[in-house]
Amino acid sequence: MALMSYAQAACQALAAAMRADANVIALGEDVGHGGIFGQYRGLREEFGAARVIDTPISEATIMGAAVGMALTGLRPVVEMRVVDFALCAIDEIVNQAAKNRYMFGGQGRVPLVARMPIGIWSGSAAQHSQSLEAWFAHIPGLVVVAPATPADNYGLLAAAIDCGDPVIYMEHKELWGLEGEVPPQHTVALGQAHTARDGTDLTLVTWSGMVHTALAAAEQAVQQGVSVEVIDLRTIWPWDRELVFASVARTGRLLVAHEAVQAAGFGAEVAATVAEELGVPVRRFGAARIPVGYARSLEDVARISAQELLRELMLFANSDSRGRSMA
Amino acid sequence: MPANTTAANASSAEHLLALYRTMARIRAFENAAEETSRGGVAAFGAATNATALVRGPLHLSTGQEAVAAGVCANLARSDYLTSTHRGHGHTLAKGADTTAMMCELFGRASGTNKGKGGSMHIADFAVGMLGANGVVAAGIPIAVGAAHSAKIRGTSAIVTCFFGDGAINRGPFLEGLNWAKIFELPLLFVCEDNRYSATTATDVMTAGEGAAARARGIGLAAETVDGNDVLAVDTAARELVARVRAGGGPQFLHALTYRVKGHVSVDAAAYRAKGEVESALENDPLKLAALRLAALGVAAGRIAEADAAAQTEIEAALAAARAAPVPEPAEAYADIQDTGAGLWR
Ligand SMILES: Cc1ncc(C[n+]2csc(CCOP(=O)(O)OP(=O)(O)O)c2C)c(N)n1
Ligand SMILES: [Mg+2]
Repeated sequence: MALMSYAQAACQALAAAMRADANVIALGEDVGHGGIFGQYRGLREEFGAARVIDTPISEATIMGAAVGMALTGLRPVVEMRVVDFALCAIDEIVNQAAKNRYMFGGQGRVPLVARMPIGIWSGSAAQHSQSLEAWFAHIPGLVVVAPATPADNYGLLAAAIDCGDPVIYMEHKELWGLEGEVPPQHTVALGQAHTARDGTDLTLVTWSGMVHTALAAAEQAVQQGVSVEVIDLRTIWPWDRELVFASVARTGRLLVAHEAVQAAGFGAEVAATVAEELGVPVRRFGAARIPVGYARSLEDVARISAQELLRELMLFANSDSRGRSMA
Repeated sequence: MPANTTAANASSAEHLLALYRTMARIRAFENAAEETSRGGVAAFGAATNATALVRGPLHLSTGQEAVAAGVCANLARSDYLTSTHRGHGHTLAKGADTTAMMCELFGRASGTNKGKGGSMHIADFAVGMLGANGVVAAGIPIAVGAAHSAKIRGTSAIVTCFFGDGAINRGPFLEGLNWAKIFELPLLFVCEDNRYSATTATDVMTAGEGAAARARGIGLAAETVDGNDVLAVDTAARELVARVRAGGGPQFLHALTYRVKGHVSVDAAAYRAKGEVESALENDPLKLAALRLAALGVAAGRIAEADAAAQTEIEAALAAARAAPVPEPAEAYADIQDTGAGLWR
């Protein structure tokens, strides 16, 4: 076990993959100087400028070139800095990377990892604070991953680089400094959720930064007599139905919480699927449908706090069998 | 000395002093913003201090003030402007009120954007400033559209579009210049070349002869100017703006300057060679202008007065911003859309 930050964990996973396979390369703005969050620190020194490629500010071409590289034998790890800038490469992701294999009758493979951190980045306002995982989960052909801890950032990035499909890899903008233990050569299978806390009364499914908020809320719920099982989905697509179904079959209730806007968020997909399969009460709790404001008083309205999540959990736990609040 | 030379000297001295004042106000504004942001900047993964008054990434244009001052001196209030993430100078020089600007950086309800945008998204439509932008090169197509609109509507307004040297490697640069040229739009493009794109030296990432050559390749007249010499910027901009106003179509100004601070205020810029900043400081635009003012016979006291006036103005802006109320939480739901807005999730 080694103690490392979320950023260091990703950096080490990438370094290990680059040592193991000369076809693994990284490209993006400022990666040669370690990346703006330190998530590429030391890689240029070890692997050289030909494999840790600094690029112009050209998101469409960074992503499009990665598609071309992947089609011809490389395994590019693409840095988009934040998901908000990946929108400048949306055609290359959605129409090119995701469609290539199917559209060309299975001739092509696009084994690339596109890193695009999500979440509110405090003080950065509306264009740097979005959580757009549902956009990508909607696109056939893409795998979508959202690690919440250093260990998962190590294990999932390794798995994403190994994966032969295009992976949208969504770290969280405010977790870079988070420290945690990472086992050596740690791997985490894509599509496998993790039970972050056991509980009996209610299942709370979440991912990314919201995992930490959920654990804090679950801790407080115990004091109010409610035992919450917290599942960190880790992979958004394909999501771990088995683990979620098994948990909800025991607890009888599902709440899905995420930092993304609630309307048309991925929580709706999970909740609807569970309701269809198990017929139990389900709820969603995501952000209000508002852009993230700069002033702290506005940012706070867009951010889900542990207190708000706890309130939602308690309301739901105390509702009737159809999930309606008992007045 | 003949009387007419003395008079010409006096009027150019007054003109330069006015440009100096604008630069001094930008410098004072940004120094104050940097000071009040200590601990509050989240960029580069740094922790934030919840009590800092200015939060989030703060991109300073310190050392680049001559570009904003020299260009905007040739614009009318009714002209339009688009800017970048590094937009305090452009906004101030276009005529925005420094108190409203400081309130915005403090996230106050009385800010130019009601506290919703902060430094990186500062905008003041009342003076034609259509917005700073968090997305590199995103202002270019918007400026093109504003100029196309001005042309369609037959107004006399022109548009100025500021962008950085890094922005010329994004597609919208090519698309925007081409569009502006085929429709012969009333638009002045200004590439504010501070030599860096975040941690990367832009020239390493830019093929060919750079911004002006690319503009010429698309058929725009382009001029390169010492962007630290406020008079040179002003003179070049006056000529280009006159051509735009006369219906000459889009023009291009490439202003060479230097980013004295880090990419954001917390960036120590360790990726730069030792001594690079020190030698750039020799060319500080305020220092150069002050020397020239002295050569024109302006008393040192008048330059000091300009500095002091800027300082006083910004201190008043700071005091007002400290005292101003923060936005009500309900404001988070306002100004999103007319159809389909609401409290429901
Ligand atoms: C589309 C896009 N890609 C990346 C970024 C991150 N970023 C912000 S500023 C910047 C450098 C911009 O360089 P330049 O255009 O020269 O402007 P300067 O910062 O030097 O004023 C980068 C890469 C962004 N904001 N938008
Ligand atoms: Mg630059």
